[in-house]
Amino acid sequence: MPDRKRILKILLLHATLLPTLLFAFYVFSLAPKSWEGVDEAVVEKIAKEHGREASDPLIDPGSGDLLLFGFLLAGSAGGFAAGYYWRQLTRKD
Amino acid sequence: MRWKHSKGCNAAAAPPSPCGRGAGDGCRGGLVKAGGASLAAGSLLLVATPAFAMHISEGILPFSWGVFWYLALLPFLFLAIRRLNAMAREDLSMKPLVGLLAAVVFIVSCMPIPVPTAGTCSHPCGTGVAAILVGPLVSVLIAAVSLLIQALFLAHGGLSTLGANTFSMGVVGSLAGWLAFRAARRMGGSLAVSGFLAGLLADWGTYAATSLILSLGIRGDAPLWPLFTKVVLAFLPTQLPLGILEGVLSAGMVTLLYRKRPDLLLRMRVITDKELPSNA
Repeated sequence: MPDRKRILKILLLHATLLPTLLFAFYVFSLAPKSWEGVDEAVVEKIAKEHGREASDPLIDPGSGDLLLFGFLLAGSAGGFAAGYYWRQLTRKD
Repeated sequence: MRWKHSKGCNAAAAPPSPCGRGAGDGCRGGLVKAGGASLAAGSLLLVATPAFAMHISEGILPFSWGVFWYLALLPFLFLAIRRLNAMAREDLSMKPLVGLLAAVVFIVSCMPIPVPTAGTCSHPCGTGVAAILVGPLVSVLIAAVSLLIQALFLAHGGLSTLGANTFSMGVVGSLAGWLAFRAARRMGGSLAVSGFLAGLLADWGTYAATSLILSLGIRGDAPLWPLFTKVVLAFLPTQLPLGILEGVLSAGMVTLLYRKRPDLLLRMRVITDKELPSNA
């Protein structure tokens, strides 16, 4: 019966997808909470072993909301530019 | 450099739907959608969770090596500006494509993606797809501008290491991606498979170059190759899966552009006349 097959397919899809999603969230919860970037975990760590340490950037926005605001602006401007140029590219004329 | 950043880290800007000539409302709708996409990108970048930048940070490389990588980069930048001017003279319609790729490379290269198997974050480069679509030279320029803005305003990388970071991501990443794409196409690879390989090798090439640049800069009297191997092995758990992700992104972008604007791909010699869809 086609209906029965369809229901079976949907059940199979759920039986596959739901455990996969749960597993994905579980794996994320196992990882270190700080989610270090590879610059800290690799570059700066190995550089420090060889006597080189990172210095403050020229324009130092610190680690607070100012830098968050900078990323907000950067994300907004980049996303807007990408959308704007994509629209220009896919315009019919 | 510590900064607050997104945990989800997925800031792909959904493009607005295309609007036809004279479709004023549709165009305004497109702009609204573009604005919405940008806000979504911004908000996704900014769910506050501690994370870190990924390029070689300010001050890590000695001054002499910083200057060396600037000098090594200069000829590529000079050729890139010439190539971009030539492209703009030949065909004005390439400008939106360059603008789109610049935005994509900028967003993608400051977007940390968590890798659960490694417990760290890193980012794709985007230079592979840029090299396929506008050529490796223009891709170098795009990477340089993106990294300059990030170094100046986002504490991402640094001005003293800008030459080194641009050399690895712009020059090596672009060339690796472009060569991989051309080789795969010559061997009969489809657009998607070739795009995937280009993204994969651009990412891995970038981090191999970063490893070499870092090892050369910090080794002092230590032997080079053991240190290089150590850095590469430390990058592997994060960059192996991210390279695959970058391959998928590159393949997706190339095939999407093939569906929407195959004529552009033909002009950039990404596809041949025979591969043009019949309705193009």
